[in-house]
Amino acid sequence: MTSILFFEQLLNGIQFGTMLFLMSAGLTLIFGVMGLINLAHGSFYMIGAFSAALIAGLTGSFWLALLASLSGAAIAGVLIEILIIRRLYRRDHLDQVLATFALILLLSEGVRWCFGAFPLYLDIPENLNGTLPILDDIIYSKYRLFIIFMGLLIATGLYILITKTRLGVRIRAGQNDRQMISALGVDISKLYTIVFALGASLAGLAGAMIGAIQSVEVGMGEPILILAFVVIVIGGIGSIKGALIGSILVGVTDTIGRIFLPELLKIFMEPASATSVGSSIGSMLIYILMALILIIKPSGLFGKT
Amino acid sequence: MKKLTTTLATLLIMGSASSFADGHKVKVGMITTLSGGGSGLGIDVRDGFMLAVKGNKNISVITKDDQRKPDIAVQLADKMIQSDKVDVLTGIIWSNLAMAVVPATVNQGKFYLSPNAGPSKLAGKGCHKNYFNVAWQNDNLHEAAGGYANSAGFKNSFILAPNYPAGKDALTGYKRYFKGSLAGEIYTKLGQKDYAAEIAQIRASGADSVFFFLPGGMGIGFMKQFSQSGIKLPVVGPAFSFDQGILKAVGDAALGVKNTSQWSKDIDNNANKKFVKDFQSEYGRLPSLYASQGYDTGKLLISAMSKAKVKDKDKFRDALRKADFSSTRGKFSFDKNHHPIQDIYVREVIKEGEILTNKIVSVGLKDHSNAYVSECKM
Repeated sequence: MTSILFFEQLLNGIQFGTMLFLMSAGLTLIFGVMGLINLAHGSFYMIGAFSAALIAGLTGSFWLALLASLSGAAIAGVLIEILIIRRLYRRDHLDQVLATFALILLLSEGVRWCFGAFPLYLDIPENLNGTLPILDDIIYSKYRLFIIFMGLLIATGLYILITKTRLGVRIRAGQNDRQMISALGVDISKLYTIVFALGASLAGLAGAMIGAIQSVEVGMGEPILILAFVVIVIGGIGSIKGALIGSILVGVTDTIGRIFLPELLKIFMEPASATSVGSSIGSMLIYILMALILIIKPSGLFGKT
Repeated sequence: MKKLTTTLATLLIMGSASSFADGHKVKVGMITTLSGGGSGLGIDVRDGFMLAVKGNKNISVITKDDQRKPDIAVQLADKMIQSDKVDVLTGIIWSNLAMAVVPATVNQGKFYLSPNAGPSKLAGKGCHKNYFNVAWQNDNLHEAAGGYANSAGFKNSFILAPNYPAGKDALTGYKRYFKGSLAGEIYTKLGQKDYAAEIAQIRASGADSVFFFLPGGMGIGFMKQFSQSGIKLPVVGPAFSFDQGILKAVGDAALGVKNTSQWSKDIDNNANKKFVKDFQSEYGRLPSLYASQGYDTGKLLISAMSKAKVKDKDKFRDALRKADFSSTRGKFSFDKNHHPIQDIYVREVIKEGEILTNKIVSVGLKDHSNAYVSECKM
């Protein structure tokens, strides 16, 4: 019984991790290429979810809603990059943090004006509802398997984009030496807009996919943004590979820790205090993991030293 | 000279007249959650309260947003007491914020009327003569859920709640009335949205029923994920995850779920009918239990103001204690520790046309008070 439960929790951890990857991939790309700390990344997660809920409400189609989340967040990304973010690249990190923090407040209140303070409805499609038996005794939610599948698909897509395409060459060049590629005649501001929009749309997609099983509400992006920062610090800032490994690591540690730590403590504590102590330590576990990794590798697992 | 005397006399009369009027005026400071996660609850409490005091020229209200953060709530309360000189504070939704604000407020001689949070500490050892809870003691709805679980024949419940004061009160309340055994007991992170790991544990636990207290957005996520998981166990919970504000977001996953509440829109009395009708025409939506609590808080304040001046603290307190207003819940009175004695109902989520809402199926606990009365020395 415990091994089944463990395997199911492992899948839950991986699913959580793939979602974190969609968030942190954009965050780390934007930091790697433009050197920008974007606190407002969680707002694109929210914009994606609200665009999806809006389109799903109008058309009833989940797939159109997913498309809407991608395009809605991408459009918002392009607008915000051109109007605001563009002016921040040359400023120092503290200015960027201040300006993007202000963006969080503006976007949250803006969404609240448009959609109201009450959560919106967004549901998963009928054919992904329910469970699927995998292996003998293990049944697992179809929709969560779909999330894992989408996460892996996008990870592969990003890998091909970065390593095999012309755009990818430019992105890597931008990460290595910004001045040089603009001197070589690459339109750097267009490249920046594209990377920013790509990051925003990945966050938007994550928001829509997660919004369908959680809740679509104002302020939904900030808790996951903090985790995404933990992921890119663990993985090494600027590294997509680091973001992938870091996401899975954080997802699995968080899920397994918060379930099995209380059980472990029950061996030598009374149940009530074991649950309360265990869940408290469980929620600290990823930060402990981050601290440990930073002690061993100060620039993260795949960071440039 | 004569002219001067008349002018002075007029001024004196005017002065005393205005101070007479001042004695009947009450300045209310409302600190509640109006932005970010959980803002639906604060907005409902505010709207209910404002509806109750609408048109009353003797009440002025300053409303401020606490953003669900204890430190901000404390700053706001200090400012309202020190520089705005409010007489009465109200509005806080979350128990951890209430614990940060209420003790300091009532110790400075201000009245606090709680429209929502009712942590056990403030009902028992930490009770105070200037603190009144108009909603419920935190354990109440969960106690009724435990009682309902017995009558439904549940023997082995899996229970979960977030790790904060009201979450602990919730599980304590359920366990106080539930006679069966527990298949599992979990505290989740406050604000957690994904319950895959907990649902896997429920599946493995062999429970015959699930009790959960996950207010606001947390409950939406849990109900949707639970219904997708294919586990067919009956669910019971307090009204907080099935109130009017969030039912729309939960969708059909909530249909048929039994939940416990001190208020429902179909409680049959004139005050409630008027409240539901006025709320709908004022705001264009159905009221939630939070709105009814805000409304009752406003009505309680008005009833006390008609009996005593707020500056005369002892008389005003006595007037509040009488609770001489027609509550949307029907019968309502305060116990010795200033927490309500009221009926708690079992409701079921139904569909009225296309709109999900609740209807009462039975009375869970009649004239119910709370377990902390004896601990309160007042």
